[in-house]
Amino acid sequence: MGRRISAYGLTFSLPMLIWQLLFFVFPLVFLIALSFWTVRNFRMQPDFDTVNWTTMYGRAIFWQAYGTTLALAAGAAVLTSLLAFPVAYAISFKLSDRARRWAIMLMVIPFFTSYLVRIYSWQVFLSDAGIINVMLGWIGLGPYGLLNTPGATLLGFVTLAFPLVVLLQLFSLIFIDRTLIEAAHNMRCGRLRTVFAVVIPSARVGLVIAALFAFILSFGDFVSPIYLGGGDPTTLSILITDTTKSGQQWPRAAVIALTMIVTLMAVAFLSIRFAYRGRK
Amino acid sequence: MSTENPANRNPVVNGALKLYVVLAYLFVFAPILASFVFSFNADRFPSIPLGGFSTEWYRAVASDPLVWEGLRNTLLVGVVVSVISTVLGFGAAYTDYRYNFLGKQIYLALALLPPTIPVVIMGLAMLAFLSRVNLSGDALAVIIAHVVICSPFAMAVIRLRLSQMDPSLEPAAWNLGASEWAAMRHVVIPFCRPAILGALFVTMAVSFDEFAIAWFVSGLNETLPVKVLGFLQGQVSPRINAIGSFVFVTTMTLLILAQLLLGRPDATKKENAS
Repeated sequence: MGRRISAYGLTFSLPMLIWQLLFFVFPLVFLIALSFWTVRNFRMQPDFDTVNWTTMYGRAIFWQAYGTTLALAAGAAVLTSLLAFPVAYAISFKLSDRARRWAIMLMVIPFFTSYLVRIYSWQVFLSDAGIINVMLGWIGLGPYGLLNTPGATLLGFVTLAFPLVVLLQLFSLIFIDRTLIEAAHNMRCGRLRTVFAVVIPSARVGLVIAALFAFILSFGDFVSPIYLGGGDPTTLSILITDTTKSGQQWPRAAVIALTMIVTLMAVAFLSIRFAYRGRK
Repeated sequence: MSTENPANRNPVVNGALKLYVVLAYLFVFAPILASFVFSFNADRFPSIPLGGFSTEWYRAVASDPLVWEGLRNTLLVGVVVSVISTVLGFGAAYTDYRYNFLGKQIYLALALLPPTIPVVIMGLAMLAFLSRVNLSGDALAVIIAHVVICSPFAMAVIRLRLSQMDPSLEPAAWNLGASEWAAMRHVVIPFCRPAILGALFVTMAVSFDEFAIAWFVSGLNETLPVKVLGFLQGQVSPRINAIGSFVFVTTMTLLILAQLLLGRPDATKKENAS
C-alpha cells in the first residue's frame, strides 16, 4: 500500500504530529532549559546556572520526599496488583459471557466519575467522626486516627489505579490459550499450581504492565497524599505543586519534574524488560 | 469460554472468589454511592447516622455564580477539545492503519504517550511553556493542554474500529474509480462513524474530569473540576457531593445516550472495552 508521500496522506498524519511536537515535546524539552534559569527579585530570567539542581539536590526534604514517593508508589503497585488479580481471574475464568460483559462495563464506570469526589468521599469514611469510626464505636472500638496516614494515601492510590489494573489484567488473562490450562489440569496439576505455573507466566506481560500503570499513576498523584495523607510526609508531586503555586520558583519545580521523569523512564524500562525477559 | 474442566470445580473456592469479586465492586463503588447519598444529607459534616433529607447543597451550588461560570468553561473546553482530539486521533489512527514509514514507532509514541506522563509534570511544563508564549491563564490554554492528553484516547478508539475494516475495502473503491478522497468520504468515514462518535464522547468525558493540568494553566478561568479542587481545599465540602453527583449523572446519561444512538451492538461493545 501507499508508501510515497502524498498530500492526502500528510493531511491525516501531520496534524497529530505537529500538535504533539508543539504542545507535548516542546514543553517537556523547555523544562530542561527552565531548570537552568535563575530567579532574581521574583523574576525568572534565562540563564545557564546549575544552582537549582544543587539547591534541590542538597536539601534533605527533597530526598526524603523522593524516598516516600517511591515507596508509596511501589507499595500501591504491588497492593493494587495483588488485590486486583483474584477479581480479574474470577471475571475471566469463572463468569458466564453475559456476566463478564456486565462486570467489564461496571469496571469502566469509575473512569467517568471524578477522582476528587471519590477522594472526598473517602475522607467522609475515614475522618475521626466518620463512617468507619462510628461503626467501630457500635462495637466499642476506636475512634482511630485513620485520616492523614500513609495507609489513607495508599487507599487513595488503590482507588485511582484499581479499575485500570483489573481491566488490564483481565485483557491479558482472557487471551490465555485455554488448552494450556486444560492440559495442566489433565496432567493433574492442582488449581493453585496451575495459577502460578501456567496462568501467571502466560499473562506476565499484561500483569507487569498493569502494575507499571499503577506505579505511574500513584507516583504522580498529588491529591491522595494531600487530602488523605495530610501532606505529611510530603511527596514529590506535592513539592511540585507547592513550589509552582507559591511564587516564581518554577525552575526548582522543573528540577523535581525532570527527576520524576527520569525515575519513571527507568522504572518503565526495567519493568518492560522484566516483562519480556525470556520471550521471543 | 466458561466451559470449565469439571475436575477443577470446587464450589467453596468458586464461591469465595465470587464473594471477593462482589466485595471488590463494593470497594470501587462505595465512594461513588456515598457521595450520592450524602449529597442529599442535611448535615454539614457528613457521617452516619444520616441527618435529614435536604437539597440545600444542590441549592448552594446552583446559586453560586462561580460554579455556573466553571460549568460554562468546562462545557466550552470539553466540546472544543473533543472535536479537535477526535480529528487528530482519526488522522493518526488512519495513518497507523494505512501507512508504513521510517520513524513510525516514534510517530506512534508521540501519538500515544502523553497520558502516561504524570499530570503534575504536564501541568508544570504546560504552564511554563504557555506563559512564555503568553497563552496561559486562559480557556485556550486548557484546550491546548487537554487535546494533548485526550487525542491518544480518540486515536485508540478509532484505531480499534479500523482494525475491523476489511483491508481490501478501500482498494476496491479505488479500483471502481473512486479517488482517495472519495473513498475516505464514502467508505472509511462511514465505517468509522460509531467509533468517531465514541471518541467524541470519551474525550469529552476525559476533559470534563481533568483538574490537575487545568488547575496549573487555567488562571482565573477555572473549570468545574478545578472549582471542586478549591472546595476540597476550603471548608465548604458537602457541595462537592452535589457537584459530583450532578456531573456523574450527566456523564452517564451522555454515555447511555451515545450507546442507544449508536445502536449497533458490535460497535458499542468495542467502545466499552476501550
